[in-house]
Amino acid sequence: MKKVVITVVGKDTVGIIARVCTYLADAGVNILDISQTIVSGYFNMMMIVDMSASKRSFDEMQAELDKAGEDIGVSIKCQREEIFDMMHRI
Amino acid sequence: MINVFEVNETNKMIQQENLDVRTITMGISLLDCADSDLNKLNENIYNKITTCAKDLVKTGQEIEKEFGIPIVNKRISITPIAMVGASACHTPEDYVTIAKTLDRAAKTVGVNFLGGYSAVVSKGMTKSDELLIRSIPQALAQTEFICSSVNVGSTKTGINMDAVKLMGEIVKETAEVTADRDSLGCAKLVVLCNAPDDNPFMAGAFHGVSEADCIINVGVSGPGVVKYALESVRDANFEVLCETIKKTAFKITRVGQLVAQEASKRLGVPFGIIDLSLAPTPAIGDSVADILQEIGLERAGAPGTTAALALLNDQVKKGGVMASSYVGGLSGAFIPVSEDQGMIDSVLAGALTIEKLEAMTCVCSVGLDMIAIPGDTKATTISGIIADEAAIGMVNQKTTAVRVIPVVGKTVGDTVEFGGLLGYAPIMPVNNFDCSRIVNRAGRIPAPIHSFKN
Repeated sequence: MKKVVITVVGKDTVGIIARVCTYLADAGVNILDISQTIVSGYFNMMMIVDMSASKRSFDEMQAELDKAGEDIGVSIKCQREEIFDMMHRI
Repeated sequence: MINVFEVNETNKMIQQENLDVRTITMGISLLDCADSDLNKLNENIYNKITTCAKDLVKTGQEIEKEFGIPIVNKRISITPIAMVGASACHTPEDYVTIAKTLDRAAKTVGVNFLGGYSAVVSKGMTKSDELLIRSIPQALAQTEFICSSVNVGSTKTGINMDAVKLMGEIVKETAEVTADRDSLGCAKLVVLCNAPDDNPFMAGAFHGVSEADCIINVGVSGPGVVKYALESVRDANFEVLCETIKKTAFKITRVGQLVAQEASKRLGVPFGIIDLSLAPTPAIGDSVADILQEIGLERAGAPGTTAALALLNDQVKKGGVMASSYVGGLSGAFIPVSEDQGMIDSVLAGALTIEKLEAMTCVCSVGLDMIAIPGDTKATTISGIIADEAAIGMVNQKTTAVRVIPVVGKTVGDTVEFGGLLGYAPIMPVNNFDCSRIVNRAGRIPAPIHSFKN
């Protein structure tokens, strides 16, 4: 499994999750976990996805999600899961 | 599975608290490049470096992108050139041609520094060591990316006082030949005692003879992260303080370990060590002095500074050691002046003097680092400063170093700007009482009694 953490942060608006999920579905990326909160009007979402069957490379997905984030006014970051595992799990 | 709070904590460290991997340094042995023909030697060196390190920068950038962690520097350390050039170089000018070749190779592969224009003379100097040392001023004046270091002592060998004397003169000469750039050459020249073979940090990095042909060493950083963590336990007792530093150092080092493993795998080069140093930068919030102040000092340099630094250094090691399989290099807190905004502010406020910095070097990982001093400081005075630091290192079985910059044409009250990671510095006053008689005695200081452990 090739796990990637996607974080979305920005001003809340209609359709953020829909936009990201539609993109991931089209790209053949499976969502394993989603958690989302709104802190004082700011949208904060984290997804763990599996890229094993993805039609896009990591670089392409990163660039395309970055572009999608710009369109809807939020910041979208993709990072390999290992950096979080290394830091928070022994 | 990882939760949102953990993801946010990591990303906050990276985005707001200046967490980064300071350097991936590829150590390359040049021993197999040796040749008695100077042109052939230069060609061998250029080919070996540009072959081994051709993918270093690209791989570093890929790792940065995939994990979302900045890797500030990609660098190279090489076998001390005094050994490699011994049979081909007959004059200091011959060695300068090697410096130029190294500079060209560094530029080709895109690294920002290459360290190892060095000599290890802790007990005695060979003819080639001396030629290399005498070539340092011109080598640093005529190149852009080269860093030079000279190891003048060790706990096992004592201090080579002939080399200490010579290095005082070489530091002065380097300042003079780079006077048009505020004596910048001296920022790339460090005099060490007990220099480690696997240090990834400049200017003291070189690839020692005890090392394999090619390895990856990684230097982590993160003073900002430690400082922010300590803000949340302000006024807590020492137990809580130490726990907080240890936990933070563990997390920082784990990121370094991950980057080192990935770089090693992708480049097909064995992993050497992680250097657990807290290395500051001139960026606001990336300062070791700020941590000392958060521990409870009005300014770095106030009474209590040495104790705070000793504690910090020890806890960083205790937290970091468990996070990595192999720890080496310098591993501790760095206290450069020009590269740390908090240190600069303390000097400007009159809180921090060279003498206090010297005391601090007894308990941290290196020494008097990036300190600008008046341009008219005598060579023998600089040698005296080097001898004092070397003595601290020799007796305490630790690495110490001197990187002072006697800025030509400037004096106390002036400021000097080096730019980039090297920062800027106010000129600090030096004790000018004469020490030429001790410096001019020939020979070496014997190894201390506690070095005889066999």
